[in-house]
Amino acid sequence: MTTEELRNASVAKSVDARGTACPGPLLEAKKAIGTIKSGDIMEILSADEGTKSDIPKWCSKQGHEYLGAVEEDGFFKVYMKKK
Amino acid sequence: MQETELNVRQLQEQVDALTAKVAALENARKDQLSIAIVSGDMDKILAAMVISLAAAAMDTKVKLFFSFWALSALRAENKKAKDKDFISKMFGMMLPKSKNKLKLSKMNMAGMGPMMIKYLMKSQGVLSLEEMFQQAADLEVEIIVCEMSMNLMGFKKEEIIDYPHLSYAGATTFVADAGESAIQLFI
Repeated sequence: MTTEELRNASVAKSVDARGTACPGPLLEAKKAIGTIKSGDIMEILSADEGTKSDIPKWCSKQGHEYLGAVEEDGFFKVYMKKK
Repeated sequence: MQETELNVRQLQEQVDALTAKVAALENARKDQLSIAIVSGDMDKILAAMVISLAAAAMDTKVKLFFSFWALSALRAENKKAKDKDFISKMFGMMLPKSKNKLKLSKMNMAGMGPMMIKYLMKSQGVLSLEEMFQQAADLEVEIIVCEMSMNLMGFKKEEIIDYPHLSYAGATTFVADAGESAIQLFI
């Protein structure tokens, strides 16, 4: 997905993990994934650059679809779709 | 006719043997992480906990085998054990009491190092060891305590932290767990 498509995606859940470092964002994503339905899109906000590569790995292991990441001012938004 | 029967039986035996082998191999690659944690240094316990939490968040079963110096991290700050012999008392006094009192393997500087690291961790949003153990408990990370080390260091079960998934066992348990884990680490 392009940056524009990601920014306009309808997000079912937004996880703000900007206050925490590795592995905090992953732990928060793991907690939040249980609260959304299959096919829903979740975005994870993280100031930790490692999250950009950790979330795709987590997705591929769990079978979720990694959609992409968008760089904002001082943080990242990582998008994924629940399987 | 007799020959064909024999061949079928031989084939059956071979299939059985292969099935058993495949089952053993599949078991050897369980989605499980086993770590033997021997070091009681703060930095190394931190590394072990970060890896464990990342694995647990990915639904990998985590089994932590605590032994030797690492036992210090499992001592409860507010608990006391009675009826210890002299050497056990000495050990108890000289070793860090709880995960909050661990030393750094480098740059400890009589406690200045850990203080600075804790300050940095807090300011950068890294979970504290205390919080990491709580998260680990929530994610059902198992802690297995080496019974032999407990006796050796003179630690008693009544001075060990309350942790929901904690048990006591020996080296054989670690070897068996590690044998079926896809990832095994020694820290």
